[in-house]
Amino acid sequence: MQAGALGKTYKNGEIIVRQGETGDSMYIIQDGQVEVVVERDGRELRLRTLGKGEFIGEMAVFEREMRSATVRAVGDVRILTVDRRSIMRKIQEDPSLAFRIMETMSRRIRTLTEEVALLKKEGE
Amino acid sequence: MSRLRSLARTMKTADFRASFSRETPAVRQAESKGVDSRLEDGARVAVVGGGPAGSFFSYFLLELAERAGVRLRVDVYEPRDFSAAAPQGCNMCGGIVSESLVQALATEGIGIPPTVVQRGIDSYVLHTDVGNVRIDTPLREMRIAAVFRGPGPRDAREVRWGSFDGFLQKHVRDRGAELIHSRVDEIGWESGRPRIRTRDGKLGTYDLVAVAVGVNTGALKSFQSMVAGYRPPRTTRTFIGEYYLGDRNVASILGSSMHVFLLSIPRLEFAAIIPKGDYATVCLLGRDIDDALVQAFLDSPVVRECLPPESYAGRSSCHCWPSINVSGAVRPFSDRVVFIGDCGFTRLYKDGIGAAYRTAKAAATTALFHGVSAADFETYYWPACKGIGDDNRIGVLTFAVARQVQRIRFMRRALLRMASVEQGKSGERRRMSQVLWDLFTGSASYRDIFLRTLHPAFIARFLWISIVSMLKKDGA
Repeated sequence: MQAGALGKTYKNGEIIVRQGETGDSMYIIQDGQVEVVVERDGRELRLRTLGKGEFIGEMAVFEREMRSATVRAVGDVRILTVDRRSIMRKIQEDPSLAFRIMETMSRRIRTLTEEVALLKKEGE
Repeated sequence: MSRLRSLARTMKTADFRASFSRETPAVRQAESKGVDSRLEDGARVAVVGGGPAGSFFSYFLLELAERAGVRLRVDVYEPRDFSAAAPQGCNMCGGIVSESLVQALATEGIGIPPTVVQRGIDSYVLHTDVGNVRIDTPLREMRIAAVFRGPGPRDAREVRWGSFDGFLQKHVRDRGAELIHSRVDEIGWESGRPRIRTRDGKLGTYDLVAVAVGVNTGALKSFQSMVAGYRPPRTTRTFIGEYYLGDRNVASILGSSMHVFLLSIPRLEFAAIIPKGDYATVCLLGRDIDDALVQAFLDSPVVRECLPPESYAGRSSCHCWPSINVSGAVRPFSDRVVFIGDCGFTRLYKDGIGAAYRTAKAAATTALFHGVSAADFETYYWPACKGIGDDNRIGVLTFAVARQVQRIRFMRRALLRMASVEQGKSGERRRMSQVLWDLFTGSASYRDIFLRTLHPAFIARFLWISIVSMLKKDGA
């Protein structure tokens, strides 16, 4: 890791967020890639790959539910942790700070809607 | 970008902006005076000063305007060149981007790259005459950025790093602002709008002028006479010195820790040594900092052990005595003019860049969603400034307590012992470590820090360890 690199480096395959655990942070990818996978009936389904600048675990900022998926490093990846309490306080002071998180969630809902529509079509 | 445009298209501008707006008597009063205070399509905005406050203001104003579907023209006046190797781009600053600001900027999409961060900081070491203790961040993550605001120290022959102010400026230019390399000498008025005159005689009339010139410029005095009611903040002198050690020495002597000192040296409130690339930055804050105090600090056995004089050949590469605020400005706004960053309000001793972010964003939000009249700034911008000012009052109290601990040996020992014990036990709530971390790094408000020290568990533990330390005079 470079002397000036912020965050923490995770090695290939290392787990950043584990499905089922309770989270109190979100993460922002500084460099590299991660894969998002879910476990269902003992099988692992790969949902998507995320890269630089993307948020991970942003749902934990707004709700205290269990993590909905596992996030794993693909190669070396550098991640910055954003504390839930700290970001909530900042959003309280300045609601516009939540714009980018909302954009990310909105984009992911759009993708999910398309995927659900596709699955329904295949099932008919 | 197209995503943002489509978002902007789908929201009717007036509705989007109205959702942020709250009609108040003050706003109605401004409107009744006939001040057309909204920034509409084609409005022109001047930003005087291209340091962090000026850049944050320009960036967020343009970003919010794009979201709201308003086209603005923003001119940033900054005579310094942050890309050239020489001290003319220096911004006389310790150069710490706090943990909370690193996280906020990353959330805003402004990730500070490794080429700009001279060293990521993952811990601090507290040095006292009775020992020292290292306190790590959670997950041992690099959470604080040590940066050079300008192109680096005086003896830097080549620029091997990116300037933090230059990095922010690039973001602002990419957003569409125009950077004008001229010094602004005068802010006057023309038909009720502020008019700028540059040193090379150019004139420009604007719908809004944001002044972000800091407190280390003579220009502030001349702006004061042009903006009714504004009085600049009161300041005190500090010391910032850059000491060349070489990259390897910096890594082996200082590592990736910020080194802070609790020493019983009269007039010294706070001292830190920050590793940055090839250099160690020494920051001293206090009352009437002068050569004698700097020498007393460097000659102190505790400091010599941390930073041996032979490691930097006994002299600094460059040093300066910048002013920092000890109070906020009086009325940092008028119709169509707003003062942001240090020349408006900043945090006491810490996190100046974080305060620049807060005031700049509050001013940008006010100007776009509410208006640019004095009444608008008073209603929507002033609370952000007042919040900082109120917190600083608690900061004064917090530093007074820290000063007492600094003076009394058994209390220094107790503080160190409490933090050391916490570091040695995993799973234990690290109350003292967290208080010290936030106090030294500026990562939390002084109010939060102070409230944590009032927790019964904190007080009981500190008192108990203090009594033990008083009785065991020889133990560290």
